[in-house]
Parts: sequence; C-alpha cells; structure tokens
Amino acid sequence: MSELLQFLFSGLTVGAIYALVALGFTLVYRASDVVNFAQGEFVMLGGMTTVFLVQLGLPIPAAAVLAVLATIAVGLLLHRLAIEPARGAGAVTLVIITIGASIFLRGAAQVVFDKQLHQLPAFSGDAPVTVLGATILPQSFWILGGTAALVVLLWAFINRTLVGKAVIATAGNRLAARLVGIDTGRIVGLSFALSAAIGAVAGILAAPITFTSYDIGTMLALKGFAAAMLGGMGSPVGAVAGGLLLGLLEALGAGYLSSTYKDAVAFVVILAVLFAMPNGLFGEAVRERV
Amino acid sequence: MPALLRRYGVLLLLLVLVASLPLALPSNYHVRIATLVWISALVVMGLNLLMGYAGQVSLGHAGFFGIGAYAVAILPAHLGVPPLLAFLLGVAAAGLLAFVVGRPILRLKGYYLAVATLGFGILVAMVLQNEMVWTGGPDGMTVPRLELMGVRLRSPMTWYWISGGTLLLGMLLAIHLIESPTGRALRAIHDSEIAARVAGIDAPQAKLAAFVISAVYAAVGGGLLAWVNGLVTPDMAGFLHSIELVAMAVLGGLGSLLGSVLGAAVLVLLPQLLTLFHEYEQLVLGLVMMLAMIFLRAGIVPSIAARLGWRAA
Repeated sequence: MSELLQFLFSGLTVGAIYALVALGFTLVYRASDVVNFAQGEFVMLGGMTTVFLVQLGLPIPAAAVLAVLATIAVGLLLHRLAIEPARGAGAVTLVIITIGASIFLRGAAQVVFDKQLHQLPAFSGDAPVTVLGATILPQSFWILGGTAALVVLLWAFINRTLVGKAVIATAGNRLAARLVGIDTGRIVGLSFALSAAIGAVAGILAAPITFTSYDIGTMLALKGFAAAMLGGMGSPVGAVAGGLLLGLLEALGAGYLSSTYKDAVAFVVILAVLFAMPNGLFGEAVRERV
Repeated sequence: MPALLRRYGVLLLLLVLVASLPLALPSNYHVRIATLVWISALVVMGLNLLMGYAGQVSLGHAGFFGIGAYAVAILPAHLGVPPLLAFLLGVAAAGLLAFVVGRPILRLKGYYLAVATLGFGILVAMVLQNEMVWTGGPDGMTVPRLELMGVRLRSPMTWYWISGGTLLLGMLLAIHLIESPTGRALRAIHDSEIAARVAGIDAPQAKLAAFVISAVYAAVGGGLLAWVNGLVTPDMAGFLHSIELVAMAVLGGLGSLLGSVLGAAVLVLLPQLLTLFHEYEQLVLGLVMMLAMIFLRAGIVPSIAARLGWRAA
C-alpha cells in the first residue's frame, strides 16, 4: 500500500511537469496550429538561467523571475523571427522549423551556459515528509502546487479577461476573429509568451529534483507532446489530464514492470491509445473536406 | 527519346556524378564522406517516397535504419549468421515490422501520425540501448568486416562504389515505382485520400506499400553504414537521426528524387564543415534548418526549378 502510494506520488510529481509542457504545446497549437517542438527548451532555459543567476549570487526568487522573463523574451523572438516569417507553410515545414529552433537553443545554451548537470537547492529543504508510509520530498508539493496554481491562473486569464476571450476566439476561428477586430498575430505571439513562461516555471520547479542541463529539452518535449496527444491535441483539460496520466503510468511501469524501460512506457501507451482512439482521449473527430 | 530522357534524366545525372566524383576526391577522408552522402541519400529517397509521394510523415524512420544496421552486427556476432545473409535478414525484418505496424499507424493523420511514428522509432532505439547483452548497450558494438569470396572489403573506395551503386539502383526502382499504378495511386492519396478512395484506390494498401518500401530503403542504408563504419550505436536509431532524415527530405524538396540526394549532401557535409567550430555545431545546424525552411519552403530543388521555370525532377 505504502509502495503504491509512493509510486502514485512520484508519478504525479513528474506528471505535473509533463502536464505543464503539454499545456504549453496546447496553447501554441490552439492559437496557430503550430506544434512547437522547442517547448522542451523553454523548460531547460527556465531551469538553467535560474541556476546560473543563483551562481552569480542572486537569491532564488529574483533569479527565478528573471529566468521566466528571459524565457518569455526567447519565446517572443522565436515567434517573431522563425514562426511569423513562415506563415502559411505546411505542418511538416513548421515542425522542422521548431525542431531547428530547439537544436539552435540547445546549441546556444551549450555555449552560453555549459554542458554540466546542475541542481537548484530545494525551496523548502530536503527533509522528506511521511504520508501513510510513503516518503515525499517537500519540493514535490511545490511542483504540484505550482502546477495547480498555473492551471487556475491560466484558466482565469483565458475565461475571465477580454484578452483571454480573444485567445479563445482566435483558437476557434482565426478569420472570424480577425473580422471582429482581433489582432490574431499578437494573440499568437501572446500564446508563445505564455507557453514560454509556463515552460520556464516548470523548469524552475523541477530543477531541485530532476537536475537540469542544456539537453533535457528533447525528452521533455517528446513526453509533453505525447501527453498533449494523449489528451487530444488542442484541449487544455486534456493536456493536463494527459500529462498526469503519463507521469502515473511511467511511475507505475517503472515500479512494477521494469525501470530500464521507464521511458518506453509512455510511448507504448500512446501507441495503444492512438490505435484504439485515433483522435486521443479528449479530441474531437476531424472530418476531411474534399 | 525525350520521354525516356525525362524519365531517366535524373538517374543519368546521378550516374555521371557517382562515376566522376572519385576523380575530384583528394583523400580517403573525402571518399568516406561521399560514401556517407550516398547512403543517407538512399535512405532519404525511400522516406521521400513515403512523405513526398504518399504524403505520410514519419518521425521514426531511424528505427528501421537501426534494425538494418544492428542486423549485420548482432546476427554474425551472436548467432554466426554469414554477414550477407544477416544483411538480407535485417532488411526483411525491417520490412516485415513496417508491414505489421504500418496498418494501424497509417490510419492516423497529421500530428497523430507524427507522434505514433515518433513513438515507434523511440521504442526501437530504447530496445537497442537497453538490451546490453545483445546490442552492447549505449556504447554499441563493432561490426565484423564483410568478406566476399575470400576478399575482405575494407578500402574506402570499395565502399564508395558499393554505396554509390546501391543508391543508383534505389533511384532506378524509385523511378519505376513512381511511374507505376501504385505510384499514381500514392500521388492521388497525397492530393486527397477521400477523393482517391472514391476513385477506387485501395488507399490503406497503397500507403502500406509506400511505408514498407521506405522502411526497406532505410534498413539497406543502415546495413551499409554499419559495414562502412565497422560500428553500430543506438544513436543510429535515435530520434535526432529520424529528424535529420526528415530534414534532409524536406530541405532537398519533397517529391523530388534529386532533392533527396541534395538534401542528404547538405546535411552530411554541413557538420563536417562545422567540426572546426565544434562548440557552435548545434547552433549553426539549427539555424540552417530554420533559415532553409523559411526561405526555401518547397525545398532546394523544387524552389530552384520553379525559379528557372523547369518541371521539378
């Protein structure tokens, strides 16, 4: 029982990070139909920038805020310099552009930072808490709480503000949104900024537990993409559910089946789900127009 | 005659290039690089049949490449299979696997197809990485040199001719496939799958054929590279290699066989040129991928052809 609880907790912790990455994918995808494979690099930038600012002597909160702002700047530049000029290009072309961007950012991080593994100190110490026989690191609560807070904030922003309504309108129908006076280009830019911020926060929250280095982005992007797919591409609720589910399955798979194939669990599940439900768990069926 | 030339012109061009290039290659190092270009070009050409003609993306083709490569390493070392037979078995295994997973995977569309193929490729890479006893794990394993009729094939020039010849053969088969009823069916599916089905085309069957054929091309390339390098590593089947292959196909131009060769050449040569600036290798590679896709959206060969008013080859 305590063993199961242990797996569930570590699964939820990792799953929360996947959920945030998946949410970033979903935001950009809804606004622009672009799958941004550089999403994992936002997570890396958040963690690495914080680590280096802390090494320069800044307190963690200040370093974290600056890191989020820096990542937002990168997200906006990515949109302006790489996505905007390629407007109207096909899906595969856009995928290659964002993968190019992810390789570029990884290369840049390798030059600006270094190739070492880094860890942030845990926000509230390393003394584990025992719940029903399962030991939980305090940082897990930070990750789960931070994820919940971000999801609520994002929900409130999108459903309770005028700009948020414009985001919904743009996601629904870009042409109609333009016709009622929404600057859809700026909304897409905003989506990139938001998903960069979410990614950076995920990177900072996870850095004390999972370590961070210049090349963590690829696997995170793949898992996040998989989680977003699992939930049905373009559904924010699905993205969070998909992320948590993926984390849980991974933890249970690693605990009960095989820890060497921990990363494989995610992809086996995705293949199985896609074979059974070609549009994901929460996705709508797409009809092709001839 | 003009019809024949239009059909085989590209092949002729490549034949002349493969035959004359050694005259311009000053050292064994350059011969080796040219060999790598031919091998990649072969794999990309197969992928192009799937992506450029059938319109189905695959982000997992390195998986098939890895199967072809590890077959010539594992089978002779662990089971004593003769190398040439091992090569054929590897290619057959990749084709068979593509046949089995192809049907459910190809039912998916767009990004779902992308993530499914991606997942498939990663699973293959993980097996290669984790089955230490068989595959040597993350370090990979050495490949015994190929011996044909008592002669060990080891000179770089020999492998240049073998890979160049295989590439030419691959292109000949690809040209025939494109002009065949299956090829026409694939192009119809690319334009609109529903319309193609209404016209009586068995779309799942045609897509599956393209998938299996492209997997076979990838496995042949993998086997050749394993022999040329004398070493196999899990990266060969990895996600980044899959991406590299897709990037080569798109960069050269989807639907253009010549483009596949050119795309492969650019992305094989680029890292070689960048080894001087080792620190900046990834940075520049990413930059080139982005710039190429922004400014040459249709790929190099079709973009240039369009500018010159030619029909894309």
